[in-house]
Amino acid sequence: MAVKVRIPTPLQRLTGGKEEVQASPGKVIDIVQELDRQYPGLAERISEGGKIRRFVNIYVNEEDIRFLQAEQTEVKDGDELSIVPAIAGGKERHR
Amino acid sequence: MGYVKALKCRECARQYPIEPIYVCEFCFGPLEVLYDYEAIRGAVSREVIGARERNLWRYRELLPIEGQPQAGLTSGYTPLVRADNLARKLGMKELYLKDDTAMHPTLSFKDRVVAVALTKAKEFGFDTVACASTGNLAHSVSAQGARAGLRRFIFIPATLEPSKIVASIVYEPHLIAVNGSYDDVNRLCSEVANKYRWAFVNINIRPFYAEGSKTLGFEILEQLGWQAPRNVVIPCASGSLLTKIYKSFKEAELLGLLRGQLQSRMFAAQATGCSPIARAIKEHSEVIRPVKPQTIAKSLAIGNPADGYYAAVAVRESGGWAEDVSDQEIVEAMKLLASTEGIFAETAGGVTLAATIKLLETGRIQPDEPTVVCITGNGLKTQEALAGQTAQVHHIEANLASFEDALKKMGR
Repeated sequence: MAVKVRIPTPLQRLTGGKEEVQASPGKVIDIVQELDRQYPGLAERISEGGKIRRFVNIYVNEEDIRFLQAEQTEVKDGDELSIVPAIAGGKERHR
Repeated sequence: MGYVKALKCRECARQYPIEPIYVCEFCFGPLEVLYDYEAIRGAVSREVIGARERNLWRYRELLPIEGQPQAGLTSGYTPLVRADNLARKLGMKELYLKDDTAMHPTLSFKDRVVAVALTKAKEFGFDTVACASTGNLAHSVSAQGARAGLRRFIFIPATLEPSKIVASIVYEPHLIAVNGSYDDVNRLCSEVANKYRWAFVNINIRPFYAEGSKTLGFEILEQLGWQAPRNVVIPCASGSLLTKIYKSFKEAELLGLLRGQLQSRMFAAQATGCSPIARAIKEHSEVIRPVKPQTIAKSLAIGNPADGYYAAVAVRESGGWAEDVSDQEIVEAMKLLASTEGIFAETAGGVTLAATIKLLETGRIQPDEPTVVCITGNGLKTQEALAGQTAQVHHIEANLASFEDALKKMGR
């Protein structure tokens, strides 16, 4: 088993269109770095200087990590991590 | 005649062309209008503004349009009432009410933002405008959109009170009653906005729409002779209004419209049953913790406020504070406002006045400081909030004896 990561539409360009990818267990910020090795550019979009960007919400099993241990929250095997842009509501905007 | 240079991300400062977009592609931060203040400085002055018609477009250089205003031509420039009766009751020296209960055409400050949103929607070439709302915004888009000749889609929760439905449907928009909560309606609207090329005033037009709130701030300053008040108490839902009033004060200072230095403090007012912004301010927290709203102040009931972070920053930077008040305190304040100053505010007005009273009690606001309290909507829209809470009606027979009997009972 691994951690299931849900990717929002605006970032799917980086994941080759995949809505869901896998990562190894660990701290949220380490998972972001691991994802960046698989999908270069992803970390820069959602974090800056080891912090998740303000308008990016990350949920571990439906709980906002700001109410857990933020970037240091431990994510275990079988957990689900969701990345959701705060203002876009997780949806691609219309141009 | 436009003075907008670009849209700019508030977080990472990336710039975008002037388009109906609202979120940074890169970091997901909100986009904001970027003005050419140098050019504006040469175009406006207190005299130029003062000679113009008394509506919100007298500040047009500081609003994000390119051509002539196309909506809200009779909106804005509402009264700034010197509230001496109320001041005496509260032991204050200089208290003003910015009275948007008198706003034309739909009796709330939303006519300000919608005037700008609809003008911008027309400039972008949209023929259809839309919004999700439970009240004031729905009324304003329905009414102003009718006059502007736009097709309108208004999304509301199906459980909305009949009086609020009538105040929208009378303008004959396409009124869509959704089976679900307000949050469900919002989520649906962001999907609709992705699929249809419509101007959703508070989604894809939001960077432009939100600027309309600045006119409330400019009016306060102008009506005080371009002097800034020491304190401004502002109701918070999304937090956008407070952010933009603060911005308008800073712009007025930057452009030399303001006399003297800006020393105004911004105070956020919320209902205790929905106070994520007030809580973050009081706890000195960077994080706005979302809540499930439970309050009679429905027009302020946004549990996950989009501009909450920036509102808290503006409060902190200006040296202000926040207060939250119970439903009972809201009702008492609505009655106090009506019985002293003759202004019937909606529940949000009760929130700002009740919060002002608390800020006085805790010494955050001193009684001798010039203070402006923002009253943003009319009480006739939310009469059910006072059901069973008003003073007694005297019922009598149609004869003099019965009347005099009643007079005695009143102790007159």
